[in-house]
Amino acid sequence: MPHKPASLLDASILVPAIGGSFRKLDPRLMVKNPVMFVTLVGAVLTTVSIFTSQADRGFITQLSVWLWFTVLFANFAEAVAEGRGKAQADSLRKARKDTLARRLKNGQESHVPAPLLEKGDLVVCEAGDVIPADGEVIEGIASVDEAAITGESAPVIRESGGDRSAVTGGTKVISDRIVIRITSEKGNTFLDRMIAMVEGAKRQKTPNEIALTILLSAMTLIFLLVCITLKPFGIYSGVAFSIPVLVALLVCLIPTTIGGLLSAIGISGIDRLIRRNVMATSGRAVEAAGDIDVLLLDKTGTITIGNRMASDFRPANGITEQQLADAGQLASLADETPEGRSIVVLAKDKFNIRGRELAAPHATFVPFTAQTRMSGVDLEGRSIRKGAADSMKSYIEGKGGVYPAEVAKAVEAASRAGRTPLVVAEGSQVLGVVELKDVVKGGIKERFAQLRKMGIKTVMITGDNPMTAAAIAAEAGVDDFMAQATPEDKLKRIRAEQAEGHLVAMTGDGTNDAPALAQADVGVAMNTGTQAAREAGNMVDLDSNPTKLIEIVEIGKQLLMTRGSLTTFSIANDIAKYFAIIPAMLMATFPAIAPLNVMGLASPQSAILSAVIFNALIIIALIPLALKGVAYKPMGAAAVLQRNLLVYGAGGIIIPFIGIKAIDVIVTTLHLA
Amino acid sequence: MQASDWLQFALFLGLLTLITKPMGLYLMQVLDSNGRTWLDPVVRPVEKLTYKILGVDPQREQGWKQYTFSMLAFSLTGALFTYAILRLQHLLPWNPQDLPGLSHHLAFNTAVSFTTNTNWQSYGGEATLSYFSQVVGLTFHNFVSAAVGIGIAAALVRGISDRKTSFPTRSTVDRVFQPGETSSKTRSTVGNFWTDLVRVTYYLLLPVCVALAIFLVSQGMIQNFDAYTHAKTLEGAEQIITQGPMASQVAIKMLGTNGGGFVNANAAHPFENPTPLSNLIQMLSIFAIGSGLTYYLGRMVKNQGHGWAVWAAMMIMFVGGVLVCAHYEAAGNPIHQQLGITNVDRVFQPGHEDQTSSQTHPTGNMEGKEVRFGLFNSSLFATVTTAASCGAVNSMHDSFTPIGGLVPLFMMELGEVVIGGVGAGLYGMLVFVILAVFIAGLMVGRTPEYLGKKIQAKEVKLAMLTLLVLTLSILGFTAWASVSAWGVAGLNNAGPHGFSEMLYAYSSATANNGSAFAGLTANTPWYNTTLGIAMLIGRFLMIVPIMAIAGSLAAKQAVPAGPGTFPVNGATFTILLIGTVLLIGALNFLPALALGPIVEHFLMGQGQLF
Amino acid sequence: MMNPLFTELRPAILATLVLGGITCGAYPLLITQVANATFHDQAHGSLITGKDGQIIGSALLSQNFTAENYFHPRPSAAGSGHDAASSSGSNLGPTSQKLHDALKERIAAYRTLNGLTTDAAVPADAVTASGSGLDPHISVKNAELQAARVAKARNLSIEKVKELIIANTTKPDLGILGDAGVNVLELNLALDNVERVFQLVPSK
Repeated sequence: MPHKPASLLDASILVPAIGGSFRKLDPRLMVKNPVMFVTLVGAVLTTVSIFTSQADRGFITQLSVWLWFTVLFANFAEAVAEGRGKAQADSLRKARKDTLARRLKNGQESHVPAPLLEKGDLVVCEAGDVIPADGEVIEGIASVDEAAITGESAPVIRESGGDRSAVTGGTKVISDRIVIRITSEKGNTFLDRMIAMVEGAKRQKTPNEIALTILLSAMTLIFLLVCITLKPFGIYSGVAFSIPVLVALLVCLIPTTIGGLLSAIGISGIDRLIRRNVMATSGRAVEAAGDIDVLLLDKTGTITIGNRMASDFRPANGITEQQLADAGQLASLADETPEGRSIVVLAKDKFNIRGRELAAPHATFVPFTAQTRMSGVDLEGRSIRKGAADSMKSYIEGKGGVYPAEVAKAVEAASRAGRTPLVVAEGSQVLGVVELKDVVKGGIKERFAQLRKMGIKTVMITGDNPMTAAAIAAEAGVDDFMAQATPEDKLKRIRAEQAEGHLVAMTGDGTNDAPALAQADVGVAMNTGTQAAREAGNMVDLDSNPTKLIEIVEIGKQLLMTRGSLTTFSIANDIAKYFAIIPAMLMATFPAIAPLNVMGLASPQSAILSAVIFNALIIIALIPLALKGVAYKPMGAAAVLQRNLLVYGAGGIIIPFIGIKAIDVIVTTLHLA
Repeated sequence: MQASDWLQFALFLGLLTLITKPMGLYLMQVLDSNGRTWLDPVVRPVEKLTYKILGVDPQREQGWKQYTFSMLAFSLTGALFTYAILRLQHLLPWNPQDLPGLSHHLAFNTAVSFTTNTNWQSYGGEATLSYFSQVVGLTFHNFVSAAVGIGIAAALVRGISDRKTSFPTRSTVDRVFQPGETSSKTRSTVGNFWTDLVRVTYYLLLPVCVALAIFLVSQGMIQNFDAYTHAKTLEGAEQIITQGPMASQVAIKMLGTNGGGFVNANAAHPFENPTPLSNLIQMLSIFAIGSGLTYYLGRMVKNQGHGWAVWAAMMIMFVGGVLVCAHYEAAGNPIHQQLGITNVDRVFQPGHEDQTSSQTHPTGNMEGKEVRFGLFNSSLFATVTTAASCGAVNSMHDSFTPIGGLVPLFMMELGEVVIGGVGAGLYGMLVFVILAVFIAGLMVGRTPEYLGKKIQAKEVKLAMLTLLVLTLSILGFTAWASVSAWGVAGLNNAGPHGFSEMLYAYSSATANNGSAFAGLTANTPWYNTTLGIAMLIGRFLMIVPIMAIAGSLAAKQAVPAGPGTFPVNGATFTILLIGTVLLIGALNFLPALALGPIVEHFLMGQGQLF
Repeated sequence: MMNPLFTELRPAILATLVLGGITCGAYPLLITQVANATFHDQAHGSLITGKDGQIIGSALLSQNFTAENYFHPRPSAAGSGHDAASSSGSNLGPTSQKLHDALKERIAAYRTLNGLTTDAAVPADAVTASGSGLDPHISVKNAELQAARVAKARNLSIEKVKELIIANTTKPDLGILGDAGVNVLELNLALDNVERVFQLVPSK
């Protein structure tokens, strides 16, 4: 579904959003947003005044039109944000439709519509079948096309047992046959939750959003008081403030800009995650991501490239290094795994052994299987194998060969140093050991330095022994590491960090990661992981890319920054609006206050109208910013504060002066007031 | 402003800066139940005896609710105590003038006024109150309402600060925590009310007041229990001269930012403020504790930069206020200038007669001001007293120029956070700090946290509640008065200035300041009652939410600071805090100010009279 | 909710009594004792006693002078004027018609009394009411403008009067604090003393 990010000006989203803006005028929906609800009431009052007042009907009519626009623009912002999610939800829904499941009951297969499946049902899927609901493979192995969910066209392997047993409803089996136990409740499949999430239907306000709403509501209440008391003040002072003018002042003062964009910001935050192929189970998790200050990162795949690379040849007694390299290269020529390729590369680098063109019938390749745990090639009578030490040992001994002691030692030494030893043999003779080691990802060190600047501590988690771990940690520039970490250690570490007041994020995929994923403030489960892991975390990364965690944190931060910045902007705008409206309100009774009209607005009516128009248009103008989020750079908090305070605080004071003046010129030119 | 004005201003600011740190360090000791001071040998036994009589354990800390209950019980008792004294003053001793008991509404207003540290003077001082009422009924509150304010501020600071006994270290990583456990090491208590009350009174207020009172007497302030003196003037008329135990009351009136005058004219009266030197010392005593409390804050939260940043924000707003006020007072009133008034000859140049040059002088506004203080010291005092919720006046704010009078009004409407009342200023300012941290904290991309403690819905709700209450009381009561016969009947001035008188009254009462546009005849049942309610709202409806914030923060575990932590020190934060105070706190009053002083300013320019 | 409040009433009442005793009893009595011992005059109002032992007034408080041979203090809004038991300012605001009218009247009177031209500048303090209504000072300029009138009424040389003005001028504290002002009562007393001296000399 995250196939193509919808552009901000996609007509397919904007057009339905216009309808949505009107549907959202329902007071039962509006009341959830106190700021805009007050604006709505103001618009109604002003509209009524058109008919009840004797004078200034044209002015009041224009005023009420713009007040309605203010409400509609805010609704529009929300509708656009929701629309972007809806487009994605629709494509997801297509995947869910019309699936007939082959339910297995007492050995009998029957066809059942997918939505009727119960948790615990067994279903069979063969090549070409769409998996009817979330579940766990309990039998067989199959390749599955998960493009419907992840957008990734390359099929993935799903098999019973282990960490790759989870399947998602809506994905398609493209080879083999598997039996699946359904693990999700009816109507609560992963797909259902994704749809709900992207549509924002089940969106609950996040803690910071609630706090901000309280702030904005209280400010609205305060300004309501300010405007209501102006009426009696006016009676004392001999100024008759009309209802439309008081409403105009009120709407300009209350924080409509942020009030109108608040929910759009929240929705688009989730939307940005989705477009990076991360599914959050709640908006709360996205917000928590911004607060993270400790990242537990799995070494493999995040800090080091997922696969180890050949680094050394350790020949057995009586074998030259070159002989070993030659055999190793031959055994790996057809091995398309990164490990295999790295052996070919190392052989070429060290001994200039060129790649040879091998083809049947001369050569027969023996692929890696989980049973044999070795691979190799049979070539012109030679039989070369490479594989894990223990399986190679039994292979050699099975052939009547001798597994040399010095090779066993080399294997042990390599393991101790945190490297992966691969034993190479020809026939029944062991040629030696190829060592594979971790390679730290390019640019990761700089990334960690940035994180440190943002105040985020990185902790590398690895099963390696402490020495290896320390070496890699130093190379990668993480702040801390946990060596020989068991899932229990991870859990303990998370709790310890949390006890110190830190918020912790981690990634995980295995079933035994589940408790830690649940404990972490942000737990990102890999989509390739087990169902247990996916249930335990509060986010799922569909790309199964552990580095994504860093992006998730950035998105969370950006979401909060956008809210804070627009709030600041909204509040700062009030100064200019006061300077536009207050002189206009008093001018008729006290012409002496003319110098207060610092913007030189043409007339009291044009001043009030311009302020209201500016107030409405600024919502529209800021929709793209609300949806995209404010510019984000990894910097320390002090630098970010300074920058945003300057842009949105100082900018918020200055921009409306310019905007209101410009609108006043237009309004006057058009003879609207 | 003249060169001598700048010198005086610099002297005042310099001395204030100098006393801030020592006062803060002393407060650290006073507000710690185990703190040590040089007074211990004398005061410690009395302190212990007091706890024994009260039956309280000074070491037992209270939660926020209990602290608040103690405070409310004590304030209620004190208010009733004073109410009774005022009603019955004709039956009580120390009443050489045989002054009658006060009316029920005036007694209510005055009792509330002193209990809430407002010291609004609906009463007429020397013409209304007996020495007993002054000394027992009022001086008592001058002390304890100040001590209560300092205690509340200390409780909030304790809640904010991370008062763990020790920090968990790396080695605790292996410790297994239960999910949801916050750490047993965080203290959720906020101190002990009785300990704070007693220690602040004994170790801080009383000793300073003794020294201050004696100094003030040396300057010419009266201190006796004599009957009023009957003098025969040089022209043969009779003049009755007020007497009484003034210095002892004035010392605490200033130090405790109470402000209620012994005499009606307050610190403008030559007895109550005899010399420019006494004037300087009085202004310093108004600011001393409030300024020191910012240092105390920095110490307590182990971030002195934060204490100074808060102080700097206060000072910048203060200096701004003084400059505006002094400028407009010196510029004077064009209406009066047209009549032929020149400036007072400010510089001492005996024998220097040059009438033509003095005609070209800018002419200052001397109505309601004393010659010995002059324009600048009057403007400075007006800003100090309203910035600090003191309310003592050395000149009549009602007669200030519109913008000169707007400054004190504005200072109060900020919520008395520029130094503010003792304690009240700090806790009021901390509400703005919390709001500033919340809004700007979001801007740095994290759940806002103040010194490591998360600011969440609850804190925002409580903080905004205090602002809402402040606005409601000031604007609500002013609106009511401005359309009521009883409201308008009390006005001494017509037109926008009359509106300012009402606005000033309710701003002053709600902000617990106590100064007035004193032309307003407020000693009427309606004004006494509504102003009394405004004072109660401004004190207790502020304190209770603030204590709830203290309790909520105290229970929170602090996140260790790092580069991602929102910085609450430095210039950026100071600017941010000022912005928050002005935008969220003060902007609400702009329309009302526009109808009062701002309109009046422009009308004055056109020569309009009311 | 109310219960905890009541349990706290006991210490509240006791604290009121104990702290009341100390702050309202011990403290003011101590100050009174010390003040009387160290600064007796100041503590009792800086009173000025005449030759006959009759108290004339306080050096710190203004009193009303209307006679031509005395310097006049500032206008006073205390009671019916210079009422030292009822201190007060006028509290009239900048746009007050009443204040405007009063000023107009006082300015005219001041000019007439002191023989100034009808457009002569009048010192602000001479025509505005002070804050307390008991301001003992007038500005030096104000005193100088009155000097000629007083000198004439008393048959003194204007130089002598100006000399006395200087002698009775309070300079700013520490050289910079506050404004200089002439203490009217003390100046007038000094004038009376001078006259006595003058009267004594010819009779000898």
